[in-house]
Amino acid sequence: MKTIAIIGAGPAGIEAASILAAKEETEILLFEKSASTLDNLRDKAFLFPDFSAADDLVEILEAKLNRDNIKLLSGKEVKSVTEQDGGWQLQDAEGTSYTADAVLMTTGYKVFDAHRKEELGYGIYPGVITSIDMEKKIKEGKVLNAVGDTPKKIVFLQCVGSRDEKSGNHYCSKVCCVTAVKQAIELRKLLPEVETYIFYMDLRMWGGGFEEMYRESQEKYGVRYVRGRISEAASTYDGKIQIKSEDTLVGLPLKMSADLLVLMVGMEPSEGTKMLTRQCNCADSYGFATTMNPHLRDNETAQPGLFVAGSCKRPMSLNDTLTDARSAVVKIAEYLR
Amino acid sequence: MRNLKFGFAISTPRSINMDVADNRLLKQLEAEVPSFKRCMNCGACSATCSARQFTDYNIRRIHSLFRMQQYQDLEKELRPCMLCGKCTLVCPRGVNLRSMIMNMKKILTDPKRKDNE
Repeated sequence: MKTIAIIGAGPAGIEAASILAAKEETEILLFEKSASTLDNLRDKAFLFPDFSAADDLVEILEAKLNRDNIKLLSGKEVKSVTEQDGGWQLQDAEGTSYTADAVLMTTGYKVFDAHRKEELGYGIYPGVITSIDMEKKIKEGKVLNAVGDTPKKIVFLQCVGSRDEKSGNHYCSKVCCVTAVKQAIELRKLLPEVETYIFYMDLRMWGGGFEEMYRESQEKYGVRYVRGRISEAASTYDGKIQIKSEDTLVGLPLKMSADLLVLMVGMEPSEGTKMLTRQCNCADSYGFATTMNPHLRDNETAQPGLFVAGSCKRPMSLNDTLTDARSAVVKIAEYLR
Repeated sequence: MRNLKFGFAISTPRSINMDVADNRLLKQLEAEVPSFKRCMNCGACSATCSARQFTDYNIRRIHSLFRMQQYQDLEKELRPCMLCGKCTLVCPRGVNLRSMIMNMKKILTDPKRKDNE
């Protein structure tokens, strides 16, 4: 009998657990610090690039947990992971100990706290919201401005907390570009009269179907793109948000007021990711997990038997996270053979 | 008095104020030339442009200004174009630039122009 401990019941943890559990003589301990699984995914309305409902995927992933040899330990936060006699010992917040033959960390990300970019007014002006807030509004099917009216103009700002030395994050969060395109399309479907502007530094349409979505957003949905970073946001007397930027393609400064300013917040390592990567000596300068090498050993840490998958390694899209979980399974099976 | 020269000039501040921008000409152009919307500002059009090699004519920038509803001086800026159509041939997004230029000229010089100018 082999026991595999998986830390974090998000998409990566569940996908890996369900495949590993298919092998006989295997037991999975799936730890989840919160009371429910898939918390980040449950907030989402639709998924790029196919606009499928996030709830459908939640349902499919939940069903994968229905196996006798997957023991879901929700509400159990893993506080320490230590190697012991060739195996692994884990301890939760209550002090209970568990032993395992291999450990997979799928502790994931958290979103950048937009309050840290004070000049953009999040938490100061009600018309400034984050992409997560917007996603929830789209999911409810009800998007209103700060005073409860139908918005006429909505501005998106890319790279909030990403590619920004002032936030301490040099990296690109990878999913925000296409998320803004997705949300702008959703808004135009929901409110055909609304004008949507996306302020960007580069548009990184790296995934399959992303560039086509971008093109469709321009052509079919009339989404407008302005190259330039918004330097500051302020409130107008009538509760709108006035933004200042530079249209870098024209070379002129630009002013605009909008009903809503949506900050596309990036990804940071979750608290659990930061704590465990530090403890296991596999943290990079941000607290994400480092691997043996990015080409062939991207799920292995320097400690044999300790594996990582998903967005605890770096910002990752949902579909890449699921793929990465499956690739970790291969490496874990090799190790336990 | 009007001819007094003080040896310096005060340049008029020029910035884009989207709150007073008039989108009617833009909407008119987008209806005439739907491919206008597809531009991603790569600059292939201006790179191949013969007029661009010898004058300040920059069709990519004119496109951007029109898109931001900044129509001042655009009619004049469009004049160096010889309508050779090389820009249309190179555009990776299939923007019909030659038609766009013709329609811009038409809209901007229309005596019954729809904006306030």
